[in-house]
Amino acid sequence: MNADFITPLDAFTIIDLILMLMLLIVGLAIVRLNDIFAIVMLAGVYSLVSALWFVSLDAVDVAFTEAAVGAGISTVLMLGAMLLSSRTALPAKPVRKWASFFIVLATGAALMYAVTDMPSFGDPLSAPNAYVGLEYLKRSLPDTEIPNVVSSVLASYRGYDTLGETSVILTAGLGVMLILGMGGKINGQLKKKAIDYDNADAQAHHTVLRVVSKMMIPLIVLYGFYVQFHGDFGPGGGFQAGVIIASAVILYALIFGVDAAKAAVPPLVVRIGAALGVLIYGGTGIAGLILGSNYLDYNVLDPHSAPHGQELGIMSIEIGVLITVCSVMLVIFYGFTSRQPDITDKDW
Amino acid sequence: MNGMQFLAGHFNYIVVIILMMTGLYIVISTGNMVKKLTGLGVFQTSVFQLYITMGKVTGGRPPIVAHAPEGAEHAAANGGEHGASTADTAVRMVHDMADVPVNGVIYSNPIPHVLILTGIVVGVATLAVGLALIVRIRETYDSIEEEDVEEAEYKARKAANA
Amino acid sequence: MSTVLEILHIARFGLAGVFLLGGGFFVLAGAIGVLRLPDFYTRLHAAGVTDTMGSTLILLGLMLIAGFTLLSVKLALVGLFLFLTSPTATHAVANAAHKAKLKPLLGTYRQTRKGDNEGGSQ
Repeated sequence: MNADFITPLDAFTIIDLILMLMLLIVGLAIVRLNDIFAIVMLAGVYSLVSALWFVSLDAVDVAFTEAAVGAGISTVLMLGAMLLSSRTALPAKPVRKWASFFIVLATGAALMYAVTDMPSFGDPLSAPNAYVGLEYLKRSLPDTEIPNVVSSVLASYRGYDTLGETSVILTAGLGVMLILGMGGKINGQLKKKAIDYDNADAQAHHTVLRVVSKMMIPLIVLYGFYVQFHGDFGPGGGFQAGVIIASAVILYALIFGVDAAKAAVPPLVVRIGAALGVLIYGGTGIAGLILGSNYLDYNVLDPHSAPHGQELGIMSIEIGVLITVCSVMLVIFYGFTSRQPDITDKDW
Repeated sequence: MNGMQFLAGHFNYIVVIILMMTGLYIVISTGNMVKKLTGLGVFQTSVFQLYITMGKVTGGRPPIVAHAPEGAEHAAANGGEHGASTADTAVRMVHDMADVPVNGVIYSNPIPHVLILTGIVVGVATLAVGLALIVRIRETYDSIEEEDVEEAEYKARKAANA
Repeated sequence: MSTVLEILHIARFGLAGVFLLGGGFFVLAGAIGVLRLPDFYTRLHAAGVTDTMGSTLILLGLMLIAGFTLLSVKLALVGLFLFLTSPTATHAVANAAHKAKLKPLLGTYRQTRKGDNEGGSQ
C-alpha cells in the first residue's frame, strides 16, 4: 500500500458514488422481489448501471461488453428460461432467510477485514497498476502498432488465456446443445412447410416493428463488423462484435419467428461456426509453429516486419473469436427456442 | 492516513463487498433457481467491479494509446536518466513510472480490463448452461423450486425402495 | 477577429450547457412522471419524454462541445438510431398492453380513484 497517495474527492468520484448507490438500490430490489419477470429486468438494469460505472472507471472495452452481454443477451436468455419455467418465485422461509443473512454477514465481515490491505482507489503506484500493466502500455504501440492496449494484450501478450476462454465458450455451447438438443430437426421440417411469413395476426400487430427492424438489422450487422475491425483503434473486438451480430439474428427471430431465422442462419452452419472459430484461433498458433517460432507467436507471420506480423495474427484470431462467440450465442438461443413453452399467451 | 482519507480511498471496495454479499444472499436464501442464477449474476458483476476499480488510476484515460506527441519521448528518456546513480533502483523505477507514464499521458491499467472482458463472455456462456439445466429440471419435476424438486426426488426414492 | 472567435467559442459552450441542462430537466421530468402518473399508458407517455426531448437535447449539447469532428458524426448517428428505435419500442410496449386488454384510466383521476381501486395500477 502506498501511504502517500490520497484519493481526491473530485467530480468523477461523486459520479462513482451515485452509480454505486443505484447499484445498491437495484440489488436490494432484486432481493425483495418474487416476480421473476421483474427480477430478470432488474438484473438487466444492474448490468447496464455497471456498464456506466465501467465507463467512469476508464474500462471502455469492459463497459461495451457488459452492456451488450449482461444487459442484452443475458436478459434474453433469462426471459427465455422464464417462459419455459415459471413466473413467480415462492418466498423464502424466515428460518432460511435468517440463516442466509448470518452466513452472508460473516462472509462480508471477513472480506471487510481484508479491505485494509487493498491499495487506495485510483493509486497510480499500487501493486496492480505500477508494473506489468504499465509495461504493456509502453510496449504495445512499438510491438504491435495497435493503439488499443486491451486488444493487443487480449490477443497477443495473453493469447493463451483468450484461447482458453474461447474454448470455454465453445464448451458451454456444446453443453447447452447436449442438454436442450441440437435444434436441428426443425430445419428438416422447413422444406415441407412454407414459413408462415404472412401470419394474419402477427401482421396486424407488428407492422411497425417489422418495418423498423428490417431497417435496423442490416445496420446492426454492419455496426458489428465496424466494432470487429475498429477494435484495434477503439473499444471493441471479436467478443463484442460476435455478441452484436448474434443479437441482430436474435432480433430477426423475435420479430419474424424462429423458423425464419433458422432459414436465414441454419443451425448446422451455426454448429460448424462454433468449432470453426476455435480452429482458426488454434490454426493461427500452429502457423507460428510452422514458421519456426513458438505457438501463438505472431512476429514470424510477416517475415519483413514483426509489428505487421503481430497485427496480422491479432486480426486473424479476433476473427476466430468473432465466429465462435456469434455461433455459440446462436446455438444457445436455438437450443432454448426449440423447447415448447408452458406459459401461454393468456398467462401474460 | 486518517479515517476519512482511508474511507475516501477504500469506499469502492466496501460498496463492492456489500453488492457481492447481496448476490450471495440471493443465491443462498431463495429456493427458486432462476432467481438464484440472477443472484449469481449480481455476485459475478460485483467481482468484475472489484477488479476494474483496482485498475483505475486517478486522472487516467482509457488505455487506448495515441501516437507519441513530438518531444514526449525525449522527456521520458531524460526522466529515466535523472538520478541514475541511486542504489535504490526499485523505488526510482516506480517514481519514474508515476512521473512520465506513457508519452506523458496517464492511462488506467489495461490488465483487469482484459481479464474481465473475457470473463463477461464466459459468464454468459455458463449462465446459459445453468438456464438450460433449469429448463430440463422443470420438464422433469414440473417445478423450479428447490424444495419441490427435493420432495419429488425423496418420494421417487421411497417408491423405488418399497 | 480573434475577439469574435472567442465570443463564438464562449457562446458555443454556453449554448451546449443550456442544451445539456435542458436535456437533464426533461429526463428528470420523465423519471418523476413514470413514478407519479396514475396508469400504464400515461407512464409510458412520460417515459417517451425521456427518449425524445431528453436524449435529443443531450446529444445536441454534446455535438456542440465536440465541434466539427468525427465524434459529432457518431453522436448524430446515435441520435438517428434513437430517433428510429425509441418510438418503435414505445409503440411495441403500448401495443402489447393493448393486446393484453389493459384498459386505460378514463375520466379524472379522482373519479377513477373512487370508482375502482384496482384500475390500471399494474
